[in-house]
Amino acid sequence: MASVMESTRLNGEKNAVQSYPGFLWWALGQATNGSWKFYVWMFALTAVFLVGANAWAVQVANGMIVTNMTDHVSWGLYIANFTFMVGVAAGGVMMVIPAYLYHDRKMHDIVILGELIAIAAIVMCLMFVVADLGKPERFWHLIPFIGRFNWPMSMLTWDVIVLNGYLLLNLHICGYMLYMRYLGRQPNPSWYVPFVMVSIFWAISIHTVTAFLYCGLGGRPFWNSALLAPRFLASAFVAGPAFILLTLVVLKNVVHRPINDEPGRVLVNIVRVTILVNLVMVISEVFTEFYTGGGHTASARYLFLGLHGHYGLVPWIWTAIVFNIVAAFLFLSPWVLRYTWVLVVACTLAFVGAWIEKGMGLIVPGFVPSTLHEIVEYTPSLVEWKVTAGIWAAGMMVLTISLKMAIAAFTRHPTLEIH
Amino acid sequence: MPSNEPHVPPATNKASASLPIIGQPSTRRTALKGAALTLGLAAFGKAIWPMISIPENVSLDEFLQQHYKELSADDKQKVFARLATETKEKYGAKVTINDQRPIPGVKFAYAINLSKCNGNGKCMEACNIENNHHRGVDQSYIRVLEMTKGSMEMEHGSTTYTHDVPQDDKFYMPVQCQQCDNPPCVTVCPVEATWKEEDGIVVVDYNWCIGCRYCEAACPYHARRFNWEQPEIAAEEVNPNQGYLSNRIRPQGTMEKCHFCLHRTREGRLPACLEACPTGARVFGNINDPDSDINWILKNKRVFVLKEELGTEPSFFYFFDS
Repeated sequence: MASVMESTRLNGEKNAVQSYPGFLWWALGQATNGSWKFYVWMFALTAVFLVGANAWAVQVANGMIVTNMTDHVSWGLYIANFTFMVGVAAGGVMMVIPAYLYHDRKMHDIVILGELIAIAAIVMCLMFVVADLGKPERFWHLIPFIGRFNWPMSMLTWDVIVLNGYLLLNLHICGYMLYMRYLGRQPNPSWYVPFVMVSIFWAISIHTVTAFLYCGLGGRPFWNSALLAPRFLASAFVAGPAFILLTLVVLKNVVHRPINDEPGRVLVNIVRVTILVNLVMVISEVFTEFYTGGGHTASARYLFLGLHGHYGLVPWIWTAIVFNIVAAFLFLSPWVLRYTWVLVVACTLAFVGAWIEKGMGLIVPGFVPSTLHEIVEYTPSLVEWKVTAGIWAAGMMVLTISLKMAIAAFTRHPTLEIH
Repeated sequence: MPSNEPHVPPATNKASASLPIIGQPSTRRTALKGAALTLGLAAFGKAIWPMISIPENVSLDEFLQQHYKELSADDKQKVFARLATETKEKYGAKVTINDQRPIPGVKFAYAINLSKCNGNGKCMEACNIENNHHRGVDQSYIRVLEMTKGSMEMEHGSTTYTHDVPQDDKFYMPVQCQQCDNPPCVTVCPVEATWKEEDGIVVVDYNWCIGCRYCEAACPYHARRFNWEQPEIAAEEVNPNQGYLSNRIRPQGTMEKCHFCLHRTREGRLPACLEACPTGARVFGNINDPDSDINWILKNKRVFVLKEELGTEPSFFYFFDS
């Protein structure tokens, strides 16, 4: 065994650069092998993705008129999902921090899961932004040095930089770690630790910049709050770990990978704190809005209570609040660590709760009432739902394949101990 | 053993040897994967087929067109000629597209006498016709708020009134682009597709805008509009006197806004909304000209601007008589 490994190592060093594409090709081949469950799962995702792709093509051909967005509510389901997925991407850092800053060995073993989820989430973010563009064929105007990049003034240019930067960072970290696994070599810390440290700050920055996108707009009092960025981070650190916990449950119970329970426990303990911090911030914001009153609070009144006979978002936000509170109770109870089903319910409620709160509960009420206090309500059109489902399916495909690539690389040298 | 060779059982099935999958075993599974990939790609191609409208509607010249500020005089002539040809093809109307530039030393401002405006909406109609707006939805750059006397709170206003005007207990307040000196819409645009010109007018390069609608979210005055669909205008209704940065027919998927009728005002004429106003509520002019009407208003009336607390510094003023 030792001699095989030795020769692999030597050859690996010689061919390191040339064989990286070879490794990717090999891993892709391994990742597309699987049980019938895997093929059914991928087939279903492909079907949903194709429906979404078709709906997007129809939208490009006929114009954004096929969405239910208007000049009054000019951002809808796409930007809501974009905002939420930035949070999920940032949430992956809650595995990286324990693993690298607190040297949690068991978390270190599976930290790549958080980084792969971040990659899939960022891919979805970019797809949601493109889906929202009225002129997607002009995307090149946004490329620095080729188009005209309004940096540093436009927060959207900052978002382009931090999101693509975060994607590249995680692609590098995951690619390098898995490649070393594949070669059976010890990863060289100077090739990944600095990038991991940068990625920790970068994860915070992607969600902060995304919050600045909204809270910098003086004309939208509902968003124009200094609490927005901290709230974004708090809910990201609920939704991100909740999704990771669900993925761990699937890997353990459906795919039957042996996974230590310890990292899951760390994540539950993180969510126990962040879910409460998030609720405190929501209460703080709600108090300020309603106790003060006045015209600036019209959006909050529309969201929570309805305004002048318009109640479109009231069921959404109260669902989110109930979900968040129930999830908080479940996470704080001892059962969440004892029963898998409690964990699954708690994570699902927290995840969906954050999705509503950040999406329909944050983006849409910023536009209702409009800046001239006209009330035009918004419910997404079928095309918007199809495109959204398609992008989620694409994200899940990216995640499934990249997870399987990681498992293939990890199981290639089962006796190899990476320190 | 070279490191890029997989640890797999040797190939048992030669059926798929023709599939050039390097480093993969030639098994039935590989053949099936290849077939699934082919089918998947074919289905994807079919799914996005409606997008064929992009190459049909967007010429290579349009796709590669540079930002307005980077176009030379020659480039501009070619672009304007192309746009005129496209308008002829799509709308059946013969138009001329010009590039009216700011008059040196001129800074435009607008004022509205709220004591005179009676909410008749002629300004909106004139805007719709002058600026080649989409006819289906009565688009206009102006919204007239019917406000309740005794309050300046817009929450008590309405833009959707259909009764006779003026109502005794109401006053009327038209709102359009305020041509801010500190415009939030320009700040947020990620691609510099909108900017403020020397005469104070905020313009949009409709051929550069990517349609992200960030400016629409940023504007505190609901002054920006998005082309949710391709505008529809009958050939005989198209206003043929067009400006590249103003009233030419806008492409689907881009932003537009009030430009103080720069294709008229930069040639010494008045905005269409002002000419159409039967009450004389509207005053427009060069703020740098001490003898202009607008200067007289600013000096002799107590004027105010909308949402002054936001620091947008509008060039659009409101006042009451006496």
